[in-house]
Amino acid sequence: MADHTLDAKGLNCPLPILKARKALKEVPSGGTLEVLATDPGSVADFEAFCRQTGNEIVEHSVDGDVYRFLIKHNAA
Amino acid sequence: MSSEAQVVQDAVAPVAAPEEKSMSIIVTKGSLDWAYPPFILATTAAAMGLPVTMFFTFYGLPLLLKKLDLQVTAAGNPAMKMPMMGGHMGLPNLVTAIPGVDAACSVMMKNLIKKKGVASIEELRELAVEAEVRMIGCQMTMDLFEYDKEDMIDGVDIGGAATYIEVASNAHINLFI
Repeated sequence: MADHTLDAKGLNCPLPILKARKALKEVPSGGTLEVLATDPGSVADFEAFCRQTGNEIVEHSVDGDVYRFLIKHNAA
Repeated sequence: MSSEAQVVQDAVAPVAAPEEKSMSIIVTKGSLDWAYPPFILATTAAAMGLPVTMFFTFYGLPLLLKKLDLQVTAAGNPAMKMPMMGGHMGLPNLVTAIPGVDAACSVMMKNLIKKKGVASIEELRELAVEAEVRMIGCQMTMDLFEYDKEDMIDGVDIGGAATYIEVASNAHINLFI
């Protein structure tokens, strides 16, 4: 169970990333953020975002049109 | 090491690049379509932890005005094709000159933007401000096209080429859009 969930369904680049960044600020270090998105580009983008910011995708799944990412907040 | 050798070494030692990555963008175009790349990249870079500076010059400067009224034109842009009835439709150059066509294209583009969940430029600009993206308005362009700082959004710095070069010389990513 994630600490926070961000529903970014229907949003296009770069909004899922921008909203995830904001949402991560509400997640304590070591906690997790669940992101739901329908933008197919978000798969590559969340990987790049996490590599750059030092956060970690601990789970990634697809359910129909919806991409689900579970991001562990590592950064301070 | 002798003091003479130390002096020589100091003279040739390159200035170390700052550890922190940063980005700058020169924004030169102010149409609805061309406003997207700089604001998308600025907000995303800021979200990824990079300090970002945007330098608004020439037709990019009006993107700092409080009230935006962005338009798109198909004139001279044969690559601009809109999805229509399952295909894609462009306009012959002659047609793009007819009064009202630009307005219609702009309305069509704004409808598409909304329908596809793409942020508006107003929204992206607000997110950029929120993310503390530094925005510099070009003084020369303000003089040239007679714009006042009072007409711009709050928090805009005013500067010239040297102001930008100082920023760019310390940035890892410098884009001209």
